[in-house]
Amino acid sequence: MGRLGIETRSSLSMHLSQYGALPAIAQRHGRTPGALVGELEKSGLRGRGGGWFPAFRKWNAVVDSSVERGRFNRTRHPVVIANGMEGEPASAKDAVLMASSPHLIFDGIAAAAATIGATDAFLALHRDSNLLPILTKALDERHAAGIDSMTIALVTPPARYVASEESALSHWVGEGIATPVYPDRPFQKGAAGRPTLVQNVETLSHVSLVARYGGDWYREVGVPSAPGTTLVTVGGAVAEEGVVEVPTGTPVHEIIQMCGGTTEPIRGYLTGGYGGGWIAAEGFDRTPWDPDSVRDAGAVFGASLMWLIGESECPLTEMARVSAWMAGESAGQCGPCIYGLPSISDDIHHLAMRHMSDAEMKRLEARLKLVQNRGGCKHPDGTARFVSTGLKAFSDEVALHLDRRCSVSTSRPVSRPGTEGSLPVPLPRLALVDVSGRDFE
Amino acid sequence: MSTPDPVVSTLLLNPTVCDGRGLCHHAAPDLIDLDEWGYPILPGGGLRADLTKAQVKAAEDATHACPVLALHIEKRKQ
Repeated sequence: MGRLGIETRSSLSMHLSQYGALPAIAQRHGRTPGALVGELEKSGLRGRGGGWFPAFRKWNAVVDSSVERGRFNRTRHPVVIANGMEGEPASAKDAVLMASSPHLIFDGIAAAAATIGATDAFLALHRDSNLLPILTKALDERHAAGIDSMTIALVTPPARYVASEESALSHWVGEGIATPVYPDRPFQKGAAGRPTLVQNVETLSHVSLVARYGGDWYREVGVPSAPGTTLVTVGGAVAEEGVVEVPTGTPVHEIIQMCGGTTEPIRGYLTGGYGGGWIAAEGFDRTPWDPDSVRDAGAVFGASLMWLIGESECPLTEMARVSAWMAGESAGQCGPCIYGLPSISDDIHHLAMRHMSDAEMKRLEARLKLVQNRGGCKHPDGTARFVSTGLKAFSDEVALHLDRRCSVSTSRPVSRPGTEGSLPVPLPRLALVDVSGRDFE
Repeated sequence: MSTPDPVVSTLLLNPTVCDGRGLCHHAAPDLIDLDEWGYPILPGGGLRADLTKAQVKAAEDATHACPVLALHIEKRKQ
Protein backbone atom coordinates (compact mmCIF):
# COMPACT_ATOMS: atom_id res chain seq x y z
CA MET A 1 0.00 0.00 0.00
CA GLY A 2 1.54 3.24 -1.12
CA ARG A 3 1.68 6.61 0.58
CA LEU A 4 0.91 8.72 -2.46
CA GLY A 5 -2.47 7.23 -3.36
CA ILE A 6 -1.75 6.58 -7.04
CA GLU A 7 -4.38 3.82 -7.19
CA THR A 8 -7.37 6.17 -7.09
CA ARG A 9 -8.29 9.53 -8.54
CA SER A 10 -8.88 11.73 -5.53
CA SER A 11 -11.25 14.67 -5.40
CA LEU A 12 -10.66 17.25 -2.65
CA SER A 13 -13.14 15.58 -0.28
CA MET A 14 -11.58 12.15 -0.84
CA HIS A 15 -8.14 13.67 -0.33
CA LEU A 16 -9.20 15.33 2.94
CA SER A 17 -10.82 12.18 4.28
CA GLN A 18 -7.70 10.15 3.48
CA TYR A 19 -4.96 12.53 4.65
CA GLY A 20 -6.78 15.18 6.70
CA ALA A 21 -6.29 18.91 6.23
CA LEU A 22 -2.79 20.26 5.84
CA PRO A 23 -1.74 21.53 9.30
CA ALA A 24 -0.91 25.23 9.70
CA ILE A 25 2.52 25.82 8.16
CA ALA A 26 4.89 28.16 10.04
CA GLN A 27 5.75 31.14 7.84
CA ARG A 28 9.26 32.31 7.09
CA HIS A 29 10.37 35.26 9.25
CA GLY A 30 13.18 37.29 7.72
CA ARG A 31 16.18 35.04 7.39
CA THR A 32 14.56 32.18 9.31
CA PRO A 33 12.60 29.75 7.14
CA GLY A 34 9.52 28.07 8.57
CA ALA A 35 9.95 25.05 10.86
CA LEU A 36 9.05 22.65 8.04
CA VAL A 37 12.65 22.94 6.78
CA GLY A 38 13.81 21.29 10.03
CA GLU A 39 11.37 18.43 9.52
CA LEU A 40 12.53 18.08 5.92
CA GLU A 41 16.12 17.80 7.08
CA LYS A 42 15.08 15.15 9.61
CA SER A 43 13.09 13.29 6.94
CA GLY A 44 16.08 13.06 4.60
CA LEU A 45 13.77 13.81 1.66
CA ARG A 46 15.65 14.09 -1.62
CA GLY A 47 14.37 15.59 -4.88
CA ARG A 48 12.54 13.14 -7.15
CA GLY A 49 13.11 14.98 -10.43
CA GLY A 50 16.29 13.07 -11.12
CA GLY A 51 19.02 14.91 -9.21
CA TRP A 52 18.11 13.52 -5.78
CA PHE A 53 19.40 16.68 -4.12
CA PRO A 54 18.43 17.05 -0.43
CA ALA A 55 15.24 19.14 -0.37
CA PHE A 56 16.02 21.12 2.79
CA ARG A 57 19.33 22.36 1.31
CA LYS A 58 17.58 23.72 -1.74
CA TRP A 59 14.96 25.48 0.38
CA ASN A 60 17.62 27.01 2.65
CA ALA A 61 19.58 28.16 -0.40
CA VAL A 62 16.52 29.97 -1.76
CA VAL A 63 15.91 31.71 1.58
CA ASP A 64 19.60 32.67 1.88
CA SER A 65 19.75 34.15 -1.59
CA SER A 66 16.48 35.99 -0.96
CA VAL A 67 18.01 37.59 2.17
CA GLU A 68 21.24 38.33 0.29
CA ARG A 69 19.41 40.03 -2.57
CA GLY A 70 17.30 42.01 -0.10
CA ARG A 71 20.47 43.62 1.28
CA PHE A 72 21.09 45.14 -2.14
CA ASN A 73 17.47 46.20 -2.66
CA ARG A 74 17.02 43.74 -5.46
CA THR A 75 13.87 41.81 -6.24
CA ARG A 76 13.90 39.17 -3.59
CA HIS A 77 10.56 37.51 -2.99
CA PRO A 78 10.99 33.83 -3.84
CA VAL A 79 8.97 31.95 -6.42
CA VAL A 80 7.92 28.29 -6.24
CA ILE A 81 7.63 26.23 -9.40
CA ALA A 82 6.34 22.67 -9.20
CA ASN A 83 7.90 20.75 -12.07
CA GLY A 84 5.28 18.48 -13.62
CA MET A 85 6.81 18.63 -17.09
CA GLU A 86 8.02 15.03 -17.12
CA GLY A 87 10.13 15.58 -20.20
CA GLU A 88 11.38 11.99 -20.23
CA PRO A 89 9.25 10.27 -22.89
CA ALA A 90 9.63 6.87 -21.22
CA SER A 91 8.62 8.18 -17.78
CA ALA A 92 5.01 8.28 -16.60
CA LYS A 93 5.26 8.61 -12.84
CA ASP A 94 4.54 12.33 -12.62
CA ALA A 95 1.54 12.07 -14.95
CA VAL A 96 0.12 9.19 -12.87
CA LEU A 97 0.66 11.17 -9.67
CA MET A 98 -0.87 14.38 -11.04
CA ALA A 99 -3.91 12.48 -12.31
CA SER A 100 -4.50 10.60 -9.05
CA SER A 101 -3.33 12.86 -6.21
CA PRO A 102 -3.29 16.47 -7.40
CA HIS A 103 -4.14 17.80 -3.93
CA LEU A 104 -1.08 16.21 -2.33
CA ILE A 105 1.00 18.19 -4.84
CA PHE A 106 -0.88 21.45 -4.29
CA ASP A 107 -0.57 20.99 -0.50
CA GLY A 108 3.17 20.61 -1.00
CA ILE A 109 3.33 23.77 -3.11
CA ALA A 110 1.39 25.74 -0.48
CA ALA A 111 3.61 24.39 2.31
CA ALA A 112 6.78 25.24 0.38
CA ALA A 113 5.59 28.76 -0.43
CA ALA A 114 4.79 29.55 3.21
CA THR A 115 8.03 28.04 4.51
CA ILE A 116 10.34 29.96 2.20
CA GLY A 117 8.22 33.13 2.01
CA ALA A 118 7.35 32.83 -1.68
CA THR A 119 4.80 35.25 -3.09
CA ASP A 120 4.10 33.40 -6.34
CA ALA A 121 3.57 29.72 -7.01
CA PHE A 122 3.19 27.80 -10.25
CA LEU A 123 2.67 24.29 -11.47
CA ALA A 124 4.30 23.70 -14.85
CA LEU A 125 3.20 20.97 -17.21
CA HIS A 126 3.74 20.24 -20.87
CA ARG A 127 1.60 22.29 -23.19
CA ASP A 128 0.03 19.24 -24.82
CA SER A 129 -0.59 17.44 -21.53
CA ASN A 130 -4.03 15.86 -21.19
CA LEU A 131 -3.89 16.51 -17.44
CA LEU A 132 -4.76 20.18 -17.78
CA PRO A 133 -8.53 19.66 -17.15
CA ILE A 134 -7.89 17.46 -14.09
CA LEU A 135 -5.51 19.98 -12.52
CA THR A 136 -7.73 22.95 -13.38
CA LYS A 137 -10.66 21.19 -11.72
CA ALA A 138 -8.57 20.40 -8.64
CA LEU A 139 -7.53 24.05 -8.35
CA ASP A 140 -11.17 25.14 -8.72
CA GLU A 141 -12.13 22.80 -5.87
CA ARG A 142 -9.45 24.33 -3.65
CA HIS A 143 -10.49 27.84 -4.59
CA ALA A 144 -14.15 27.08 -3.76
CA ALA A 145 -13.11 25.57 -0.41
CA GLY A 146 -10.84 28.54 0.29
CA ILE A 147 -7.98 26.43 1.59
CA ASP A 148 -5.03 28.19 -0.05
CA SER A 149 -3.94 31.62 1.10
CA MET A 150 -2.25 32.30 -2.25
CA THR A 151 -3.10 31.60 -5.85
CA ILE A 152 -1.37 28.66 -7.51
CA ALA A 153 -1.24 29.18 -11.28
CA LEU A 154 -0.90 26.53 -13.98
CA VAL A 155 1.68 27.31 -16.65
CA THR A 156 2.28 25.31 -19.83
CA PRO A 157 5.75 25.69 -21.34
CA PRO A 158 6.52 24.17 -24.76
CA ALA A 159 6.66 20.38 -24.80
CA ARG A 160 10.42 20.20 -25.35
CA TYR A 161 12.90 17.98 -23.54
CA VAL A 162 15.17 20.73 -22.23
CA ALA A 163 12.22 22.98 -21.33
CA SER A 164 11.82 20.74 -18.24
CA GLU A 165 15.31 21.61 -16.99
CA GLU A 166 14.95 23.79 -13.91
CA SER A 167 16.68 26.91 -15.23
CA ALA A 168 14.70 26.67 -18.48
CA LEU A 169 11.52 26.36 -16.47
CA SER A 170 12.20 29.44 -14.36
CA HIS A 171 13.34 31.27 -17.52
CA TRP A 172 9.99 30.51 -19.08
CA VAL A 173 7.95 31.52 -16.04
CA GLY A 174 9.92 34.77 -15.74
CA GLU A 175 10.59 35.78 -19.33
CA GLY A 176 8.56 33.43 -21.52
CA ILE A 177 11.68 31.84 -23.01
CA ALA A 178 12.03 28.10 -22.47
CA THR A 179 15.81 27.77 -22.83
CA PRO A 180 18.29 26.81 -20.08
CA VAL A 181 20.18 29.65 -18.43
CA TYR A 182 23.91 29.68 -17.75
CA PRO A 183 25.59 30.31 -15.31
CA ASP A 184 22.90 31.62 -12.87
CA ARG A 185 21.11 28.91 -10.97
CA PRO A 186 17.36 29.30 -10.23
CA PHE A 187 17.82 29.39 -6.45
CA GLN A 188 20.04 32.47 -6.90
CA LYS A 189 18.43 34.24 -9.81
CA GLY A 190 15.50 32.45 -11.35
CA ALA A 191 12.10 33.57 -12.61
CA ALA A 192 12.29 37.33 -13.38
CA GLY A 193 15.56 37.45 -11.43
CA ARG A 194 13.93 36.22 -8.23
CA PRO A 195 15.21 33.31 -6.09
CA THR A 196 13.23 30.35 -7.36
CA LEU A 197 12.53 26.95 -5.85
CA VAL A 198 11.98 24.43 -8.63
CA GLN A 199 10.87 21.12 -7.20
CA ASN A 200 9.47 18.02 -8.87
CA VAL A 201 5.77 17.32 -8.26
CA GLU A 202 6.51 13.97 -6.60
CA THR A 203 8.93 15.68 -4.19
CA LEU A 204 6.24 18.19 -3.27
CA SER A 205 3.71 15.45 -2.57
CA HIS A 206 6.24 13.88 -0.19
CA VAL A 207 6.66 17.34 1.37
CA SER A 208 2.97 17.46 2.19
CA LEU A 209 3.30 14.09 3.98
CA VAL A 210 6.29 15.34 6.00
CA ALA A 211 4.26 18.45 6.90
CA ARG A 212 1.45 16.23 8.19
CA TYR A 213 3.24 13.36 9.89
CA GLY A 214 6.77 14.65 10.53
CA GLY A 215 10.30 13.74 9.52
CA ASP A 216 10.66 10.73 11.83
CA TRP A 217 7.52 9.13 10.42
CA TYR A 218 8.78 9.79 6.92
CA ARG A 219 12.02 7.88 7.53
CA GLU A 220 10.22 4.76 8.73
CA VAL A 221 10.32 3.23 5.27
CA GLY A 222 13.05 3.15 2.65
CA VAL A 223 16.83 3.26 2.92
CA PRO A 224 18.52 5.77 5.28
CA SER A 225 20.43 7.43 2.43
CA ALA A 226 17.21 8.24 0.53
CA PRO A 227 14.25 7.57 2.81
CA GLY A 228 10.60 7.17 1.92
CA THR A 229 8.89 5.66 -1.05
CA THR A 230 9.55 6.30 -4.70
CA LEU A 231 7.38 6.06 -7.77
CA VAL A 232 8.92 3.86 -10.45
CA THR A 233 8.04 3.78 -14.14
CA VAL A 234 8.55 0.28 -15.53
CA GLY A 235 8.43 -0.28 -19.28
CA GLY A 236 9.59 -2.49 -22.11
CA ALA A 237 9.67 -6.27 -21.83
CA VAL A 238 7.36 -6.65 -18.82
CA ALA A 239 3.84 -8.07 -18.74
CA GLU A 240 2.24 -4.88 -17.40
CA GLU A 241 4.02 -1.61 -18.10
CA GLY A 242 3.15 1.07 -15.60
CA VAL A 243 3.97 3.00 -12.46
CA VAL A 244 4.38 1.46 -9.01
CA GLU A 245 5.18 2.96 -5.62
CA VAL A 246 7.78 1.11 -3.56
CA PRO A 247 9.96 1.85 -0.52
CA THR A 248 13.41 2.91 -1.73
CA GLY A 249 15.78 -0.06 -1.62
CA THR A 250 13.24 -2.57 -2.98
CA PRO A 251 15.16 -5.05 -5.16
CA VAL A 252 14.72 -4.60 -8.89
CA HIS A 253 13.35 -8.13 -9.38
CA GLU A 254 10.54 -7.45 -6.87
CA ILE A 255 9.56 -4.33 -8.80
CA ILE A 256 9.52 -6.37 -12.03
CA GLN A 257 7.33 -8.99 -10.31
CA MET A 258 4.87 -6.22 -9.35
CA CYS A 259 4.60 -5.57 -13.10
CA GLY A 260 3.79 -9.18 -13.91
CA GLY A 261 7.34 -10.32 -14.59
CA THR A 262 9.36 -10.26 -17.78
CA THR A 263 7.98 -11.35 -21.15
CA GLU A 264 11.28 -12.67 -22.55
CA PRO A 265 14.94 -13.07 -21.56
CA ILE A 266 16.32 -9.61 -20.72
CA ARG A 267 19.59 -8.33 -22.15
CA GLY A 268 19.72 -4.96 -20.46
CA TYR A 269 17.99 -2.04 -18.79
CA LEU A 270 17.76 1.61 -19.55
CA THR A 271 17.59 3.36 -16.19
CA GLY A 272 16.97 6.97 -15.23
CA GLY A 273 15.66 8.17 -18.60
CA TYR A 274 17.04 9.20 -21.98
CA GLY A 275 19.59 11.29 -20.11
CA GLY A 276 20.31 8.25 -17.95
CA GLY A 277 22.19 5.14 -18.87
CA TRP A 278 22.13 1.51 -19.98
CA ILE A 279 23.25 -1.43 -17.90
CA ALA A 280 23.67 -5.07 -18.91
CA ALA A 281 21.10 -7.42 -17.38
CA GLU A 282 23.67 -9.68 -15.69
CA GLY A 283 22.97 -9.52 -11.94
CA PHE A 284 21.26 -6.13 -12.04
CA ASP A 285 17.88 -7.47 -10.86
CA ARG A 286 19.30 -8.05 -7.39
CA THR A 287 20.21 -4.37 -7.01
CA PRO A 288 18.23 -2.41 -4.40
CA TRP A 289 16.29 0.37 -6.19
CA ASP A 290 17.64 3.48 -4.50
CA PRO A 291 19.92 6.21 -5.89
CA ASP A 292 23.14 5.16 -4.20
CA SER A 293 22.82 1.40 -4.78
CA VAL A 294 21.89 1.91 -8.41
CA ARG A 295 24.83 4.28 -8.91
CA ASP A 296 27.17 1.80 -7.24
CA ALA A 297 25.89 -0.88 -9.63
CA GLY A 298 27.00 1.36 -12.51
CA ALA A 299 23.55 2.58 -13.55
CA VAL A 300 21.73 5.90 -13.23
CA PHE A 301 18.75 6.39 -10.92
CA GLY A 302 17.60 9.69 -12.42
CA ALA A 303 13.83 9.98 -12.66
CA SER A 304 13.35 6.46 -11.26
CA LEU A 305 12.49 4.62 -14.41
CA MET A 306 13.60 1.28 -15.78
CA TRP A 307 13.07 0.08 -19.31
CA LEU A 308 13.73 -3.58 -19.97
CA ILE A 309 15.10 -4.56 -23.35
CA GLY A 310 14.70 -8.20 -24.35
CA GLU A 311 16.74 -10.41 -26.60
CA SER A 312 14.29 -9.95 -29.47
CA GLU A 313 15.30 -6.30 -29.85
CA CYS A 314 18.46 -4.68 -31.16
CA PRO A 315 19.62 -2.19 -28.52
CA LEU A 316 21.69 -0.25 -31.06
CA THR A 317 18.60 0.43 -33.14
CA GLU A 318 16.90 1.75 -30.01
CA MET A 319 19.91 3.94 -29.28
CA ALA A 320 19.86 5.29 -32.82
CA ARG A 321 16.18 6.21 -32.62
CA VAL A 322 16.44 7.87 -29.22
CA SER A 323 19.73 9.69 -29.85
CA ALA A 324 18.29 11.25 -33.02
CA TRP A 325 15.35 12.52 -31.03
CA MET A 326 17.63 13.82 -28.26
CA ALA A 327 19.76 15.66 -30.83
CA GLY A 328 16.62 17.34 -32.16
CA GLU A 329 15.62 18.40 -28.65
CA SER A 330 18.66 20.64 -28.19
CA ALA A 331 17.76 24.22 -27.32
CA GLY A 332 20.33 25.24 -29.92
CA GLN A 333 22.38 27.46 -27.63
CA CYS A 334 25.78 25.75 -27.33
CA GLY A 335 28.00 24.57 -30.19
CA PRO A 336 28.98 21.17 -28.76
CA CYS A 337 25.26 20.36 -28.43
CA ILE A 338 24.12 21.90 -31.76
CA TYR A 339 26.78 20.06 -33.78
CA GLY A 340 27.98 17.32 -31.46
CA LEU A 341 24.68 15.55 -30.78
CA PRO A 342 23.68 15.17 -34.46
CA SER A 343 27.20 13.90 -35.21
CA ILE A 344 26.94 11.33 -32.43
CA SER A 345 23.46 10.33 -33.53
CA ASP A 346 24.69 9.91 -37.12
CA ASP A 347 27.49 7.67 -35.93
CA ILE A 348 25.07 5.50 -33.95
CA HIS A 349 22.83 5.20 -37.00
CA HIS A 350 25.80 4.00 -39.02
CA LEU A 351 26.55 1.47 -36.33
CA ALA A 352 22.96 0.26 -36.08
CA MET A 353 22.80 -0.03 -39.88
CA ARG A 354 26.09 -1.99 -39.85
CA HIS A 355 28.01 0.50 -42.01
CA MET A 356 30.47 1.50 -39.34
CA SER A 357 34.22 1.40 -39.90
CA ASP A 358 36.70 1.05 -37.04
CA ALA A 359 37.95 4.59 -37.71
CA GLU A 360 34.40 5.94 -37.38
CA MET A 361 34.02 3.99 -34.15
CA LYS A 362 37.13 5.67 -32.74
CA ARG A 363 35.82 9.06 -33.82
CA LEU A 364 32.51 8.33 -32.06
CA GLU A 365 34.30 7.50 -28.84
CA ALA A 366 36.25 10.76 -29.07
CA ARG A 367 33.08 12.75 -29.79
CA LEU A 368 31.32 11.25 -26.78
CA LYS A 369 34.06 12.69 -24.57
CA LEU A 370 34.24 15.94 -26.52
CA VAL A 371 30.65 17.07 -25.81
CA GLN A 372 30.79 16.56 -22.05
CA ASN A 373 31.04 19.40 -19.51
CA ARG A 374 30.79 21.98 -22.27
CA GLY A 375 27.10 22.88 -22.32
CA GLY A 376 25.02 25.48 -20.48
CA CYS A 377 22.87 22.58 -19.30
CA LYS A 378 23.48 18.84 -19.03
CA HIS A 379 21.60 17.83 -22.19
CA PRO A 380 24.77 16.96 -24.16
CA ASP A 381 26.22 15.13 -21.15
CA GLY A 382 23.05 13.10 -20.71
CA THR A 383 22.88 12.18 -24.39
CA ALA A 384 26.55 11.20 -24.45
CA ARG A 385 26.00 9.06 -21.36
CA PHE A 386 22.97 7.41 -22.97
CA VAL A 387 25.16 6.38 -25.91
CA SER A 388 28.43 5.57 -24.13
CA THR A 389 26.77 3.38 -21.47
CA GLY A 390 24.88 1.59 -24.25
CA LEU A 391 28.09 0.87 -26.17
CA LYS A 392 29.55 -0.58 -22.97
CA ALA A 393 26.49 -2.58 -21.84
CA PHE A 394 26.00 -4.09 -25.31
CA SER A 395 29.65 -4.44 -26.34
CA ASP A 396 28.96 -7.91 -27.84
CA GLU A 397 26.28 -6.41 -30.05
CA VAL A 398 28.61 -3.55 -31.02
CA ALA A 399 31.28 -6.06 -32.06
CA LEU A 400 28.71 -7.96 -34.16
CA HIS A 401 27.58 -4.77 -35.89
CA LEU A 402 31.16 -3.74 -36.68
CA ASP A 403 31.36 -7.16 -38.32
CA ARG A 404 28.22 -6.27 -40.39
CA ARG A 405 26.00 -8.59 -38.36
CA CYS A 406 23.21 -8.26 -35.81
CA SER A 407 21.94 -10.81 -33.27
CA VAL A 408 18.33 -9.87 -33.98
CA SER A 409 18.00 -9.35 -37.70
CA THR A 410 20.42 -11.57 -39.58
CA SER A 411 19.12 -11.04 -43.10
CA ARG A 412 17.10 -7.82 -43.15
CA PRO A 413 19.16 -4.65 -43.39
CA VAL A 414 18.05 -2.04 -40.89
CA SER A 415 17.17 0.53 -43.47
CA ARG A 416 15.25 2.99 -41.34
CA PRO A 417 16.29 2.82 -37.71
CA GLY A 418 14.32 5.96 -37.02
CA THR A 419 10.97 4.40 -37.74
CA GLU A 420 10.65 1.15 -35.85
CA GLY A 421 11.39 0.08 -32.31
CA SER A 422 10.01 0.05 -28.81
CA LEU A 423 11.24 3.01 -26.76
CA PRO A 424 8.79 5.89 -27.10
CA VAL A 425 10.07 8.66 -29.36
CA PRO A 426 7.62 11.54 -29.68
CA LEU A 427 6.83 12.96 -33.09
CA PRO A 428 8.77 16.07 -34.04
CA ARG A 429 6.95 19.17 -32.90
CA LEU A 430 9.15 21.75 -34.55
CA ALA A 431 6.40 22.97 -36.83
CA LEU A 432 4.11 23.76 -33.92
CA VAL A 433 6.27 25.13 -31.16
CA ASP A 434 8.84 27.89 -31.06
CA VAL A 435 11.52 26.69 -28.67
CA SER A 436 12.65 30.20 -27.84
CA GLY A 437 9.37 31.65 -26.80
CA ARG A 438 5.68 31.46 -26.33
CA ASP A 439 3.42 29.71 -28.78
CA PHE A 440 2.28 31.21 -32.03
CA GLU A 441 -1.45 30.91 -31.29
CA MET B 1 61.44 19.04 -7.64
CA SER B 2 59.74 22.29 -8.47
CA THR B 3 56.33 23.03 -6.98
CA PRO B 4 53.52 23.68 -9.48
CA ASP B 5 52.83 27.31 -10.27
CA PRO B 6 50.08 28.73 -8.05
CA VAL B 7 46.67 29.37 -9.60
CA VAL B 8 46.02 33.10 -9.73
CA SER B 9 42.74 33.29 -11.62
CA THR B 10 40.12 31.30 -13.50
CA LEU B 11 39.08 31.54 -17.14
CA LEU B 12 35.32 31.14 -17.60
CA LEU B 13 33.48 30.32 -20.82
CA ASN B 14 29.76 30.88 -21.22
CA PRO B 15 28.79 28.31 -23.87
CA THR B 16 25.31 29.79 -24.40
CA VAL B 17 26.94 33.04 -25.56
CA CYS B 18 29.81 31.54 -27.60
CA ASP B 19 29.23 31.62 -31.35
CA GLY B 20 32.26 29.61 -32.38
CA ARG B 21 33.97 32.48 -34.20
CA GLY B 22 37.31 31.01 -33.12
CA LEU B 23 39.11 34.30 -32.47
CA CYS B 24 40.11 33.20 -28.97
CA HIS B 25 42.07 30.34 -30.48
CA HIS B 26 43.85 32.67 -32.90
CA ALA B 27 44.71 35.06 -30.06
CA ALA B 28 45.89 32.31 -27.71
CA PRO B 29 46.57 29.10 -29.67
CA ASP B 30 48.57 27.50 -26.87
CA LEU B 31 45.81 28.03 -24.32
CA ILE B 32 42.62 27.44 -26.28
CA ASP B 33 42.04 24.67 -28.80
CA LEU B 34 39.10 24.34 -31.19
CA ASP B 35 36.93 21.25 -31.57
CA GLU B 36 35.94 19.77 -34.94
CA TRP B 37 33.01 22.21 -35.14
CA GLY B 38 35.11 25.28 -34.38
CA TYR B 39 34.13 25.78 -30.74
CA PRO B 40 36.74 26.51 -28.08
CA ILE B 41 38.17 23.87 -25.75
CA LEU B 42 39.64 25.30 -22.56
CA PRO B 43 42.50 23.54 -20.73
CA GLY B 44 40.90 20.59 -18.91
CA GLY B 45 38.00 20.47 -21.37
CA GLY B 46 35.34 22.11 -19.19
CA LEU B 47 33.86 25.60 -18.83
CA ARG B 48 36.33 26.76 -16.16
CA ALA B 49 40.11 26.62 -16.38
CA ASP B 50 42.53 27.50 -13.62
CA LEU B 51 45.25 29.90 -14.78
CA THR B 52 48.79 30.25 -13.56
CA LYS B 53 50.50 33.62 -13.68
CA ALA B 54 52.26 32.60 -16.89
CA GLN B 55 48.91 31.85 -18.59
CA VAL B 56 47.10 35.06 -17.62
CA LYS B 57 48.42 37.14 -20.55
CA ALA B 58 47.23 34.58 -23.11
CA ALA B 59 43.86 34.31 -21.35
CA GLU B 60 43.49 38.10 -21.46
CA ASP B 61 44.31 38.14 -25.17
CA ALA B 62 41.67 35.48 -25.81
CA THR B 63 39.09 37.27 -23.66
CA HIS B 64 39.68 40.60 -25.43
CA ALA B 65 39.53 38.91 -28.84
CA CYS B 66 36.06 37.47 -28.28
CA PRO B 67 33.51 39.57 -30.18
CA VAL B 68 30.54 38.26 -28.18
CA LEU B 69 32.04 38.48 -24.66
CA ALA B 70 31.75 34.75 -23.99
CA LEU B 71 35.01 34.64 -22.01
CA HIS B 72 35.67 36.10 -18.58
CA ILE B 73 38.57 36.04 -16.17
CA GLU B 74 37.83 35.77 -12.48
CA LYS B 75 40.61 36.74 -10.07
CA ARG B 76 41.26 34.26 -7.28
CA LYS B 77 40.56 35.67 -3.83
CA GLN B 78 43.88 35.70 -2.03
